[in-house]
Amino acid sequence: MKKIYLDHNATTPVHSEVIKEMLPYYRDIYGNASSFHQFGQQARKAVEEAREKVVDFIGAKSGEIIFTSGGTEADNFAIKGVAYANQTKGKHIITSSIEHHAVLNSCKYLEKQGFRITYLPVDKYGLINPEEVKKAIEDETILISIMHANNEMGTIEPIAEVGKIAKEKGVYFHIDAVQSAGKIPVEVKELNVDLLSLSGHKVYGPKGIGVLYIRKGTKIQPLIHGGHHEKNKRAGTENVPGIIGLAKAIEIARITVKEEAIRLTNLRNRLWTSINEKIEDVFLHGHPQERLPNTLNLSFEGVEGEAIILDLDMKGIAVSTGSACTSGTLEPSHVLKAMGVNPRLAQGAIRFSLGEDNTQEEIDYVADMLSGIVSRLRGISPFYQKKESKDLYKGA
Amino acid sequence: MQYTEKVIEHFQHPRNVGEIENPDGIGHVGNPICGDVMELYIKIKDNIIVDVKFKTFGCGAAIASGSMLTELIKGKSIDEALEISNKIVVEALGGLPPKKTHCSVLAEDALKFAIDDYFKKQGKK
Repeated sequence: MKKIYLDHNATTPVHSEVIKEMLPYYRDIYGNASSFHQFGQQARKAVEEAREKVVDFIGAKSGEIIFTSGGTEADNFAIKGVAYANQTKGKHIITSSIEHHAVLNSCKYLEKQGFRITYLPVDKYGLINPEEVKKAIEDETILISIMHANNEMGTIEPIAEVGKIAKEKGVYFHIDAVQSAGKIPVEVKELNVDLLSLSGHKVYGPKGIGVLYIRKGTKIQPLIHGGHHEKNKRAGTENVPGIIGLAKAIEIARITVKEEAIRLTNLRNRLWTSINEKIEDVFLHGHPQERLPNTLNLSFEGVEGEAIILDLDMKGIAVSTGSACTSGTLEPSHVLKAMGVNPRLAQGAIRFSLGEDNTQEEIDYVADMLSGIVSRLRGISPFYQKKESKDLYKGA
Repeated sequence: MQYTEKVIEHFQHPRNVGEIENPDGIGHVGNPICGDVMELYIKIKDNIIVDVKFKTFGCGAAIASGSMLTELIKGKSIDEALEISNKIVVEALGGLPPKKTHCSVLAEDALKFAIDDYFKKQGKK
């Protein structure tokens, strides 16, 4: 059976060059980077070289990069860390209603501790309006946290504009760049951000490693206490192989990002065109242009998402739903809900997220398979009538 | 998703899919705005379910539950059919993941509503 992976926004395979780079740090250079002896100092040297690669990747300065256990910790650290360190100034935070749960649930946690959170709405494409950010800022506002690009439907937010506003108003600005990094350029100066989260495993690096960029001078309180690691900001023995792997992965991404973005956009558009030709009543979620090159989120009228995924899985194709079908209520995705997508359609949302190994042949195969699957499932659905019968209905 | 072979088999080849023209009873359950929905159509002759069809907007477990239920009740008397609970459907499918139990409840409810609808229609005759 074929094996076609179209779930790169969930996680990516580790690049073989990355694995090669990591291996010596498990067996040969295994020292604790905090140790004084040569075993430790060799590891320390490698960690600091890796840190410089991250510095180059996002246009930061030395000393502004903190390694974390992943994107979730980076988001938690940015939000809670800034909130706790600046609560004497105020207890108001602005975010959007379509953030990843690492951000949303950190904000909800802070709400329980007396912080006030403004969850900005989005338009039908999932875009926030920078003017609304401006309006939401109060004297008490200490942080704005907006994702660079959405993980479910790929819409790219107007970060540079929000960055300008935040800077003018003197409010810290955090972006969750976990989905955008490696797919589109991410540059902290251009975007005017004070804090930025990254994750290794979304950019063909290992799991369990992430980065929080903290602009020099940003007041932030550590969340993990222990030794004096990471300039007293994040305790815990450095995950040396993970750090090396992440650095190698972004080093590769830095070189390939522009070309790969063009290739993936073409491939993704081919998938969309092909699906659109073969299947009626398909809806695209997210911004038609301002979108990650690899992401395609679609609903097929009358069909529930998990059923499509299961059918595709039988054909060796891995995709994911936008909706979390975890309970009896089949609660649709908070992202699509915020965009005002009809709940019934939202329940059928499927996310295709392409990556570096995907080929045109695979994409064509997926479109072919999908056509049969959707028509089969529509045959079982009480909610789907063919166009002809719909037109008849309208005429009646 | 950890589905049993039986669930997968019914998902891929569901039995008795469709609608019945002039059915003797219809069971329509689920939230019309959001969530799983199941429709069950029954034809009854001499107190026996002689034909049954279903449609569902739902996940793999909902499709398999609907399919299994129709197999279990076809040819049965109304009383026998009313004995078929969601537990029996789950057992017949070799089990369902816990968070998918509601799909089998949906099937059981659809059946009860369909039989209820049949009795109502009978009462009116």
